[in-house]
Amino acid sequence: MPSKYVIHVQEVSHRFEPVSKSGIIAWEEGCLRCAVCVKTKCVYGVYENRGLHAKQMIDSIDNQCMNCLRCVQSCPAQLIHKSVNPEFKAMGDSHWTPNIIANLWMQAKTGKIPVSGAGYPGPFSGPGFDSMWTDMSEIVRPTRDGIHGREYISTAIDLGETPEYLILSEDGSLEENGTTLVDIPLPIILRMPPFGSIAPSTVSGWALAARKLGSLFSAPLNVMDGIKPELAPSLMPECSAEDDDIERIPAGARLVEIPWSEDWKSKVSVIRKKDPSLLISVRVPMAEGMEERSVSLAKEGISVIHLEGSMSGLFLDDKARYVKEGIRSVHLKLVEAKIRDTMTLLASGGISLAEHVAKAILCGVDGVFVDFPALIALECRMCRRCTEGLSCPVEIEKAPSGWVAARVVNLVGAWHNQLLELMGAMGIRDARRLRGEVGRAMFFEDLDEKTFGSMGDVEEGCELE
Amino acid sequence: MLRRDVNLNKAESYQLPGVVRTPSRFKNPIGKYRLHRSSACTACGKCVELCPYEVHVVRRGKVFIENHHLCVGNDCPDPCHKACPEGALTLRRNPNFDGLGDARWPADLLASTWHMAEFGKVPEKGLEYKLGASGGGFDKLRIVFKKKVKAVAEIPDDEFDLGVVLNRRNDNAHRVRIKVPFYGGGMSYGSVSITTMLSRIKAAVALGTFCCTGEGGYPDELKPYDDHVITQVATGLFGVREETIQRVKIVEFKYAQGAKPGLGGHLLGDKVTPGVARMREAVVGYPLFSPFPFHSVYSVEDHKKHVDWIKAMNPKALVSVKVSTPTDVDMVAVGSYYAGAHIIHLDGSYGGTGAAPDIAKKNIAMPLEYALPKVHQFLTEEGVRDKLTVIASGGIRNPHDVAKAIALGADGICTGTADLVALECIRCHKCESGRGCARGIATTDAELMELIRMEWGTQRIVNMFLAWRTELIRILRKLGMTSLKELVGRTDCLTHIDYIKKMPKVS
Repeated sequence: MPSKYVIHVQEVSHRFEPVSKSGIIAWEEGCLRCAVCVKTKCVYGVYENRGLHAKQMIDSIDNQCMNCLRCVQSCPAQLIHKSVNPEFKAMGDSHWTPNIIANLWMQAKTGKIPVSGAGYPGPFSGPGFDSMWTDMSEIVRPTRDGIHGREYISTAIDLGETPEYLILSEDGSLEENGTTLVDIPLPIILRMPPFGSIAPSTVSGWALAARKLGSLFSAPLNVMDGIKPELAPSLMPECSAEDDDIERIPAGARLVEIPWSEDWKSKVSVIRKKDPSLLISVRVPMAEGMEERSVSLAKEGISVIHLEGSMSGLFLDDKARYVKEGIRSVHLKLVEAKIRDTMTLLASGGISLAEHVAKAILCGVDGVFVDFPALIALECRMCRRCTEGLSCPVEIEKAPSGWVAARVVNLVGAWHNQLLELMGAMGIRDARRLRGEVGRAMFFEDLDEKTFGSMGDVEEGCELE
Repeated sequence: MLRRDVNLNKAESYQLPGVVRTPSRFKNPIGKYRLHRSSACTACGKCVELCPYEVHVVRRGKVFIENHHLCVGNDCPDPCHKACPEGALTLRRNPNFDGLGDARWPADLLASTWHMAEFGKVPEKGLEYKLGASGGGFDKLRIVFKKKVKAVAEIPDDEFDLGVVLNRRNDNAHRVRIKVPFYGGGMSYGSVSITTMLSRIKAAVALGTFCCTGEGGYPDELKPYDDHVITQVATGLFGVREETIQRVKIVEFKYAQGAKPGLGGHLLGDKVTPGVARMREAVVGYPLFSPFPFHSVYSVEDHKKHVDWIKAMNPKALVSVKVSTPTDVDMVAVGSYYAGAHIIHLDGSYGGTGAAPDIAKKNIAMPLEYALPKVHQFLTEEGVRDKLTVIASGGIRNPHDVAKAIALGADGICTGTADLVALECIRCHKCESGRGCARGIATTDAELMELIRMEWGTQRIVNMFLAWRTELIRILRKLGMTSLKELVGRTDCLTHIDYIKKMPKVS
């Protein structure tokens, strides 16, 4: 058994006071000066512990308040109120919701999985990955203990061409079959997001995080210059379509990526000529024709294919189709072509919660790229001011690389534990066994219609309640 | 008023408890609206006269707005703020209300549950008490009232039968019949305070039903109510002793719970106080793991062995099997029947008190609304549906959910969160932070526990359930039924607004 993979997390504070979900409004006018003010009775002591963030001039009280509303409900003059913070509500967009952003902040700070009481508060289902549920085993199943971890659950995956069988020489030793495999201990590859107030120190921090995690960091070649040479094995450089950048691939890198183009073969042959041991991934846009492209790439010996969706988890050419469907469709085509087991399929686009990792794998990929969460871990508010050339409200570009790495390791550590929880509940102890296991998932589109579809006939004159 | 000598098996000896108005324990109850009275008020008394909800009160020649939370806002037939001759009154939404609640329990649902707990009846106006805002399942299902139904208008309320037989095997075990179609789901000592626990159990006694102890052991304070207690045997076997099994009429095996299906539990070391440690037969200050699953069960045969243990210790005990909702939940239900269970209890993922990982609550196992018809149908096809009682829980929030769950195939339901909302839980989701629930419901902190008096808690829960009961009778009446049994599995009494072919025109 391999030694147990553990991600060491450690609390790393925010640099800025986070945007809080709601705010306390306490009026002074009309105060009765009670002998014992309700503020002194706060269970969490927020009125005593409040402080002013020197740089931002923000009162920390709203981030300490736990919304028990006891002061609101007890002030005899009704002077204390809680109201929703419009700045919080306005964060992000319909995919990168305020709640998702705030949860990512918390995980990057603490390295702990989000836990709450009082049941599930969210919607019944939703678009994309929110329209599926993962299975669990009730009575008849092997024991798996999730994060309490008395039994080993492996999240490792292999990138590259997996041999269908092993060749042993006459003395029983394993014969080299000439293929390169890169194995990473968890099905997550960090990837530089397309925008952000990103400085060389940020990029170095992500590379450092990738090395600490034992995984990879994918970014365009032209931003990789400042990264220390010893981090090269943790890099996955993205080459452009031009040939002249091949020379800049850092020595020691094991895997490079090229974008799909009509003449991908010539690019591949240039890279292979330079370094035959380099593993090559081809990035295919999640769009019309991706199934055929992927199958032909795989048949031609490309062993790693990266399906790239939009940052909102959609197809690049169709805003009504979700990454979830794209993955299922390409995976099935590769299975039909009897080639799925020997190659690696990766996907990116809108992966924003730990469950998306498990669900994407259930739908058919081996692993996923995580891009914006690695930026949100650095307190990004998804305000997109940087895309307009305006200053970053949380000065991400000034964050030192050590802090960047620690925050990202915390986030991925929390995700890893959540992945173990989902796999443990399913009784699956190897992430490679999770791939394409749609039988261990439940889909809204299958269940809803099947359960309720026959209830549509209602006689004229009936009353509904 | 609260009687513990209720004999469950004799209908005639049972007397329904009465509603006693039980207002909020806070000075400022939260309502949807806020009225503001300006200094232009001349205390003419017009508003006091108009308002049917006692929002305004006169004291020493002045008029005050005493009960903001009872104002129905724009639903008011004769609004005071429009009728005020001085124009001194203005109506606004309460800003505190807008930050309250979530998709499962929107602010309206919370406030209407508080209303039911105070008055023992559903709110007349101003609040949506029938639906949540989850955008699926129960919240998109509607009860269909046909135009022509059996005339039951003349039948008085107390002749409607809302009871549920829990032993359908007709074996040696107790013939238990509960008077209302619900009992209290497991909430352990430690996850909620002893006051909360006793309030729930005393309410269960008054209503002629049961309440489950949860996994954390069987506190001695519960002894007087043994006949109404369900004790739980969960994977940690905390506090399970031969004596506790022999004390009760119903024993519940918890294989899984909806809030964290497939996951074990973890009680942090500092929550293991001397009281908790004694109850759980553990060491003070050491964390306690409740593993998943039962490490002694790998098959239905092993499960039968468990059921047989219980029957050997207490041959008259009814055995309930609590499971969550995986894809093969129907097979699990049938397996439980053949292993000798009397009750199969399906726990959906919207419930739960203690802390659970968000990822588990949201993603693991299917919604209860899918599992119920699946189990009901499979048990029917196997020919054992009438030998097993199906109980649904995990997200039953109001009487309409009860009716919908029963129409989908349950015989009865279990509640948990709703009871806590009756005790003024506001669903801040911080049950486990710091000293526990700041509102004194889910805590073992001595000072915070003081926030609730048991009599208050008991009556609030009784009131809420009486409101549910009255509302269920109203629903049955409109369906032309006199017994809730008639509604079991009647999916033709439901429709789902996404699949409705043609919205009926109501004349």
